[in-house]
Amino acid sequence: MSMNNQGRPTGVGTSGFASTSGSALLPNEPLLFEIGDTEHSGVDLPHVTISTNRLGGFERKSPLDLAGLTEPEAMRHYVRLSRLNHSIDSGMYPLGSCTMKHNPRLNEKMARLPGFSDIHPLQPVSTVQGALELMNQLSHWLMTLTNTAAVALTPKAGAHGELLGMMAIKAAQDAAGQSHRKIVLVPESAHGTNPATAAFLGYSVKPIPAREDGTVDVQAVKDALSPEVAAIMLTNPNTCGLFEPQVIEIAQAIHDAGAFFYCDGANFNAIMGVVRPGDLGIDAMHINLHKTFSTPHGGGGPGAGPVVLSEALAPFAPVPFVRKGSNGLELVEHAEGEALGRITAFQGQMGMYVRALTYMLSHGGDGLAQAAQDAVLNANYIKARLAHAFSVPFGDYPTMHEALFDDSFLAGTGVTTLDFAKALIDEGFHPMTMYFPLVVHGAMLIEPTESESKQTLDRFCEVMEELAVDAKSGNVERFTAAPMKAPRRRLDETRAARSPILKWERSAETLKAAE
Amino acid sequence: MRYLPHSDHERAEMLGVIGAANIDALFSAVPARALKSFDLGLPAHSPEFLVEAHMRALAAKNHAGADGPFFVGAGAYRHHVPATVDHLIQRSEWLTAYTPYQPEISQGTLQMLFEFQTQAAKLTGMDVANASLYDGSTGTAEAVLMARRLTRRNKIVLSGGLHPHYRDVVRAYLKDDADLQILSASPEGQGDILDHIDETTAAIVVQTPDFYGHLRNIKTAADAAHAKGALLIVVITEVVSLGLLEAPGALGADIVVAEGQSIGNALNFGGPYLGLMATRKEFIRQMPGRLCGETVDADGQRGFVLTLSTREQHIRREKATSNICTNSGLCALAFSIHMGLLGEAGFTRLARLNHAQASKLADALAGVPGVEVLNKTFFNEMTISTAQPAVALVERLAQRGILAGVPVSRLEPTDPSVVNLIVLAATELTTDADIAALTTALAEELA
Repeated sequence: MSMNNQGRPTGVGTSGFASTSGSALLPNEPLLFEIGDTEHSGVDLPHVTISTNRLGGFERKSPLDLAGLTEPEAMRHYVRLSRLNHSIDSGMYPLGSCTMKHNPRLNEKMARLPGFSDIHPLQPVSTVQGALELMNQLSHWLMTLTNTAAVALTPKAGAHGELLGMMAIKAAQDAAGQSHRKIVLVPESAHGTNPATAAFLGYSVKPIPAREDGTVDVQAVKDALSPEVAAIMLTNPNTCGLFEPQVIEIAQAIHDAGAFFYCDGANFNAIMGVVRPGDLGIDAMHINLHKTFSTPHGGGGPGAGPVVLSEALAPFAPVPFVRKGSNGLELVEHAEGEALGRITAFQGQMGMYVRALTYMLSHGGDGLAQAAQDAVLNANYIKARLAHAFSVPFGDYPTMHEALFDDSFLAGTGVTTLDFAKALIDEGFHPMTMYFPLVVHGAMLIEPTESESKQTLDRFCEVMEELAVDAKSGNVERFTAAPMKAPRRRLDETRAARSPILKWERSAETLKAAE
Repeated sequence: MRYLPHSDHERAEMLGVIGAANIDALFSAVPARALKSFDLGLPAHSPEFLVEAHMRALAAKNHAGADGPFFVGAGAYRHHVPATVDHLIQRSEWLTAYTPYQPEISQGTLQMLFEFQTQAAKLTGMDVANASLYDGSTGTAEAVLMARRLTRRNKIVLSGGLHPHYRDVVRAYLKDDADLQILSASPEGQGDILDHIDETTAAIVVQTPDFYGHLRNIKTAADAAHAKGALLIVVITEVVSLGLLEAPGALGADIVVAEGQSIGNALNFGGPYLGLMATRKEFIRQMPGRLCGETVDADGQRGFVLTLSTREQHIRREKATSNICTNSGLCALAFSIHMGLLGEAGFTRLARLNHAQASKLADALAGVPGVEVLNKTFFNEMTISTAQPAVALVERLAQRGILAGVPVSRLEPTDPSVVNLIVLAATELTTDADIAALTTALAEELA
C-alpha cells in the first residue's frame, strides 16, 4: 500500500517501507517527496514570459524534480515532523557542555524588526548606523564581561571562533619572527574541535594529561613547554565541569615561554559576571552566543562565536570591525597592517548579535552574574543529591556548571552509559552528554543550566535515583530495550554508515509505474 | 529576574542540601584575586518593555529594504519569504532543539535534514549534499581544502569573477600559501581561468552567475580542469538562478558550493546564512560537515541518523576533515520549508520572474545617459559603468531613499579600474516603479 499519493497523477511515490500512520501524537510522517509533487505549489507567483537571449544558452535542461506542497499541506508536514523532536521548551535538556538554557522570545521578536532583519550587509554604511551601534554595544558587553582589549564578532560558530583565535596567534608569532613554533598543547579532556583546529593550521598537537582530580597541573604544562610551543588551548571551566585552580600560573608559564593562551570559552556560562577571563591571563577566547547568551540552537545551528582578544593579539583581529569616524560609525572592511583579513563574507551573525544583546540588556550585569551562580548552584545540587547513588570520578569538591559521573556505579549490572541515557528518554528527559569527556570512563555529563526550577531538578533527581536503583537490582531489560516510548526505538547507525542513503530517490517500482 | 526560577528561599535550601555556607563556597577553586574583584559598570536588569524600546531605537536608525527602491545584491538577495516559513521555524520543537545526537527523539530535525540534502542535491544536480555549512564563503574555503585532500595536489586557482569576500576568505584560510593563484577582477566577464590549469592544479573555482552577474561557461571549465586531472568547484551566490540555469552537476562540476540565503532567509545584515555543499558520491568521505542518512530502528521502522561521523572532529580530533561541529540547522529548515512550498513549479516561476525584472532593469539602465550595462548575459544581477565614481553616487542616491546597488570599489578598494562600477540586482520584489525611480534619479545625478 503506497502512502499519500492517491489522486496525484505525478505523485513521486513511496519508499517501499512498511509503515503505519502512527498514533495521534506520535505521527509517522512521510517524506516531503512522498506527499508532494512537481505540480503543486504553496506560493502564488505570476507566470511571466521571458526572452532567453541573455541566458547565453545556459538554460536548464536537466529536471529539477522538486516536490511542492500547498500551504495547508506544508503546515501540517512541518508541524507533524516537529512533534518528533524533544526541545528545551518541552522538557529539561541537560546536555553537558551544550548549555541548553531557556531561549527568551523577546530575542526572536527583536531579531525580526525590519531595521535589523531587512538590511543588507553592503548597503551604504550611512544607512545602517543603528546596526553598527548595536555591534559596538555588544562588543562593549563582551569586552567588559571578559576584561579584554578587543573582540572579533564575525566567527560563525564556536569552532570558527577557535579557528580565528588560533589564526591570530599564528599571525602574531609570524610577525614576531617565531614561525618555528609548531606545537600546540591541548589537554586530553578538550573538545575535539581544539585538536582539529590546531591541526587545520598545521600545528602538531601535544596532549597534556589530566591530574587525578580532573584538572591540569601547571607542572605538566611546564614540562611540555619548549621554544617550539606556540600556544595552549585550555578550556576553563574545563569539560569535567571544574574550574582550573592553577589557571593563572599556567598562563604565566605559557607567557614566560613566549607562547599564547587560547581559552575555549564553551563553558563561560558558569562564570559570566563572576570571573573575568582577562584577569586570568587569556589571550583569546571564543564565546558561544548560542550557549551563554541564549541564541537558539535551532536543531544544530546557526551559532555565533565572537572571540575576545588581549592587547597582544588585538592588532591581528580580522575585518570587518566597527570604529568611530568623523561622520558617525565606520565599518573597516579591509585589513590594515598585520590584520588577518576576512574569515567570512559580510559582518557575521547579525541575527545572533541582536538576540544576544537583547538577552544581556534583559539580565543586566547583576542578572548575568546571578544566572552564572544559579547554573553552578543547580549543578552542585544535582551532584549532591545523586552522589550516593552514582559514582563521582573526582574528589568531593564543588563542581561548576555541570555534574560529571562515571559508569563505575553500573559495574556488573549489564547496563551501559548508553542504555542508561536511553532509559532517561522513556522518563521524559533528554539524556545527558554521554562518553564525553573522554578522560572519564562511561562519562555522564549533566548541565542543568540556570533555567531549571528546583521542582524540575527534584523530579530529575528522583528519576535518576530510581533508574540507578533499578539498574543495580537487575532490571536490565528496561535499559537495553529503551527507549520504548519515543517516536523511534534505537536506530541502526552501523547500517546507515555501511551503505549510506543520503537522499531520497524514486524506488524502482515508482520509476516503472511512471513509464 | 524573569528568566531565573529560584527564589532566595529556594537558593538557601539548595545550598543547605549541598552543604555549602554560601554561593561563593561553590567558587572556591577560583583564585581569590579573580573572583568578583571588579565592578562591571554594566546596567542592571531591565523589564521587557524597556529592552524592547532600546532595541527599537537602534533598529529605527537603519534604512530597511522595504523603505524604498532596493537594488542591493552582490551575494545577499532580498526575496519574499512566505509567512508560513517564519511561523514554522519559531515552533519550539524546531527552534529550541539541539543537534540531533539522540536520534530517537530528534526525528523531526533528522528527517528535515534528509529532505534538505535531497533538495540541495537535486538543485545542484549532484549525487549528494551535506546538511549545510555556515555560509557560501566559508563553504568555498572548505571546498578548496577538500579538493586538495581528494587530488593530493596543492595549486588552487580562483576566477576573477569570484565574489571578492569569498576570495578573501579563501586567502585567509590558506594564509601565505604560494599555491593559491588569484586572478584579477574581471568585470567584463572575460574567461581567463582555463590558461592557468596544469598538472599540479587541485581545483579551479568558478562562480556563476559571477560577482558581476555574467553567466560563466561551466562545461568548458569542467572539461579543461578534468583534462589535467584537476577538479572544478562551482560557486553560486544566488541559488534562485538554479530555477532557470542548468545544474552544475549536469555540466561536470565536482563540488558545488552555494549560498542558500535567498530561499527562506532574510538579509539579516549578512548572517546567519546557509552554506550548501554538494559533490559526487565517490567524494563523500572527504566532504566536511554533518550528513544525515536513512536507516531503520529496532522495530524495522524507517528513521534517520547523523552518519559518517568518522570524518568529524568529535571522533577524529586532529585527523578530522574539518574542525566544523555545527551546521546552519534553522536556516536549512527555513530553506527546506520555502523550497517545499515552492516546489518545481513555484521555483521555476520565481526564477523566471527574477530574470524578467532584471531584464527590465537592464533595459531601463541602458537608456540612462552616462550609464553603460557591461553584461551580455545575466540572471538577476548586472554591472554598470557610470560617468562618476560609484561610492559617492550610490551615497547620494541613498540620501534620496534609493539603495542603488554595491559600488565595486567597496570590495576592491585598490583596483582603480573598478571605481565607476556598480553591481545591481533585481528580484521578484523589484517593481516597475522602483526601476523608474532609480533611472530617473540616476539620470538627474549624472546630468
